[in-house]
Amino acid sequence: PEHLKEPLVYMRKAQGSWEKRILKSLNSMCTELSIPLARKRPVGEQKELLNKWNEMGTDEPDLSLFRPVYAPKDFLEVLINLRNPNYENGDSLSFRTHLGLIQVPLKVKDIPELKEFFVELGLTTGQLGIDDSTQVPPELFENEHVRIGQKVLAEQDSAAAQQYIRQGSPTALRAELWALILNISSQPEELLYYEQLKTNVIQHDLLVDSLIYKDVKLTASNDDYYFVFEDYLYQVLLCFSRDTSVLGHFAYNSASPPKSYIRGKLGLEEYAVFYPPNGVIPFHGFSMYVAPLCFLYHEPSKLYQIFREMYVRFFFRLHSISSHPSGIVSLCLLFETLLQTYLPQLFYHLREIGAQPLRISFKWMVRAFSGYLATDQLLLLWDRILGYNSLEILAVLAAAVFAFRAVNLMEVTSLAAAEAVLADLSTLKVMPLLQIFLFATVT
Amino acid sequence: MSRPKNQNYKGHGLSKGKEREQRASIRFKTTLMNTLMDVLRHRPGWVEVKDEGEWDFYWCDVSWLRENFDHTYMDEHVRISHFRNHYELTRKNYMVKNLKRFRKQLEREAGKLEAAKCDFFPKTFEMPCEYHLFVEEFRKNPGITWIMKPVARSQGKGIFLFRRLKDIMDWRKDARSSDDQKDEIPVENYVAQRYIENPYLIGGRKFDLRVYVLVMSYIPLRAWLYRDGFARFSNTRFTLSSIDDQYVHLTNVAVQKTSPDYHPKKGCKWMLQRFRQYLASKHGPEAVETLFSDMDNIFVKSLQSVQKVIISDKHCFELYGYDILIDQTLKPWLLEVNASPSLTASSQEDYELKTCLLEDTLHVVDMEARLTGREKRVGGFDLMWNDGPVSREEGPPDLSGMGNFVANTHLVGCFLNLKRPWIGTPGWLSWLSSCLRLRS
Repeated sequence: PEHLKEPLVYMRKAQGSWEKRILKSLNSMCTELSIPLARKRPVGEQKELLNKWNEMGTDEPDLSLFRPVYAPKDFLEVLINLRNPNYENGDSLSFRTHLGLIQVPLKVKDIPELKEFFVELGLTTGQLGIDDSTQVPPELFENEHVRIGQKVLAEQDSAAAQQYIRQGSPTALRAELWALILNISSQPEELLYYEQLKTNVIQHDLLVDSLIYKDVKLTASNDDYYFVFEDYLYQVLLCFSRDTSVLGHFAYNSASPPKSYIRGKLGLEEYAVFYPPNGVIPFHGFSMYVAPLCFLYHEPSKLYQIFREMYVRFFFRLHSISSHPSGIVSLCLLFETLLQTYLPQLFYHLREIGAQPLRISFKWMVRAFSGYLATDQLLLLWDRILGYNSLEILAVLAAAVFAFRAVNLMEVTSLAAAEAVLADLSTLKVMPLLQIFLFATVT
Repeated sequence: MSRPKNQNYKGHGLSKGKEREQRASIRFKTTLMNTLMDVLRHRPGWVEVKDEGEWDFYWCDVSWLRENFDHTYMDEHVRISHFRNHYELTRKNYMVKNLKRFRKQLEREAGKLEAAKCDFFPKTFEMPCEYHLFVEEFRKNPGITWIMKPVARSQGKGIFLFRRLKDIMDWRKDARSSDDQKDEIPVENYVAQRYIENPYLIGGRKFDLRVYVLVMSYIPLRAWLYRDGFARFSNTRFTLSSIDDQYVHLTNVAVQKTSPDYHPKKGCKWMLQRFRQYLASKHGPEAVETLFSDMDNIFVKSLQSVQKVIISDKHCFELYGYDILIDQTLKPWLLEVNASPSLTASSQEDYELKTCLLEDTLHVVDMEARLTGREKRVGGFDLMWNDGPVSREEGPPDLSGMGNFVANTHLVGCFLNLKRPWIGTPGWLSWLSSCLRLRS
């Protein structure tokens, strides 16, 4: 039922037209390059691929003609143009006018509400990412926290794990804790299922495979730290695009899987197939959702399961148009509202110089900060996403970053200069930033 | 706090003791045109000397040293960046010889257990003189892979792997009559070393670790360990089936750069901190602690093994680049020690690392005579060995080797201040002087 996917009609419509655009782009690439959406591999090719399964990164196919179907900034333009037809904004500006790019009236939390929601991040509660720094004796917090974590794992208590991880996960326990929270088991059926997907990859070649290759080569392979995991990324993403079980998440995703028809049977429902089989068309930077996970999981089928679950629980919300509080639209609005309300001078200044803050922070949020933060910090952030079952923390962190660099930002006079100030986030420590922004700033 | 006599401290223009005067300016010389030059040029009070001018500090290359050291007079205060016969540690055949001798000595003096701590070097034989010994070992272990390395070359040149004796026939020292010998082409000296077939892999790739050790003197042995370093990855996936592919097996950046797969943008290096975190998340912090303390053992034992052989001239100091390989059991192996580790930066991050490394090296060398001599830590360097183990804690050293002794090394754990201002920026100068400001 449509309303389960997305209750607001105008949002559904916007998502629908966005999808049409993406599909058109994909189809035209297909026609231009005369490459079929899918084809069966000849036996020789299958054998070769099987041999190279663990080192697909060494392949250098010619990808110069492929372009990503879309990039985050294309998506941002769509969001900027979202309007609620029932909402009369009025032409006159008032203090209520939202000065940001997002112009839809969704309810977002303010700082008092966020403080309540993220109460475990408060100043008086121990945190990993703050209270495990070397100047703090481990007896004060860290040792006990690790002990509790081990107990939670021993009892395999998923709900307790989710509560526990709000204060961060010890490095040695993280892989297991995430698996517990995401309900990933090591059942033999799962391994078999993964092997089945692998077989699908070997037997059939999809156009999206080239898109995946291109994305990995452009993003993760160029990253100073994730380049090592290049091969794992192919093993996960190629299987992912063939996994029809992922179609299940479209029941609560405002998006719908693109439909394609067997040649010559256009419009006939019996001959409709979803393309790609999992219904998810990768965009520029998609592989960065997987890269940090390679740090934790080394066994391909486990890595795959974790990624799939993370995707259908969280990541899909970052690139579909919906009114959900963790959806990207709400996150953008939350970010802009926080900035406008609590750092009005900065917000106004940036707007005046043509550097709308969302234009800079959008790409951070769409990627859940992957590739922007140092890996250990990113994992601490994703701990909290799992713990609070919400992506709102991404918007809060984005605002906190702006607050942190406010002094430098006030001095810039162009969008390019603002981008430069915020280009490098690799030295940031996320937990202190979040704590200061939420709990230690006078509002 | 009372100061011991004959130690210098930063007075106000007063010089203490005849040994180290505060100089108005320090004249330096170097032929290297990379990060080192940047660091030297930006150091306050240091002036470059060209051509034949007199210098107080020379970061020389080893060929100059070989030709000139013996007939160069140096004043008390002058410092030079190599020890005269550093090759006892850095040439593979000498290092092996010294280590083997040291091991025997240790076994005699302290027993088998203690001697076993020297087993961080894969079985190595000098060629061609130890050819027969090698063949004996080779026959005891059929089917294993061996690696041949030229003793004197660097950057991975001339290295190859083999499994069959006929691949190394050139080094066969047979009894030939003197008539034949004049027809023989002399072979270069190589070492044959057991190849570590089970290296630890990350992302299916082999890597080795580069760690920096600064030795200020051999007698007494004073060595500092730098807190940061990096892991260098091979560009291709590891497999024993392609022993001809030297790109797979050699992780030297110089070799990787010529590999057809190499993309300069990638860098193929991980900073040690990242590596440590990765290992900790996979094996737990205790295993990582053990690994790093095993590495400490490698540094100390290797230096001890050449302590009596190296001419410990007080003018000399040396910054070594240690290459360590980790196997799948998390045991570290010493591959080699470099007397002239590369100071050219391969990326932004690398530039920062090398800049900080060199700055801190100069702080420890202390031409400005600012240190008290009691520091256990200077910048990113920890005093690892000061004529005896150095403990992290204050108080008398624990020489019993057990109990609460915690070594004063922090190979990327904590306190590494990676965020230091760029050379030449306004903040850098004040940061530098705050670094050198002493606590009383």
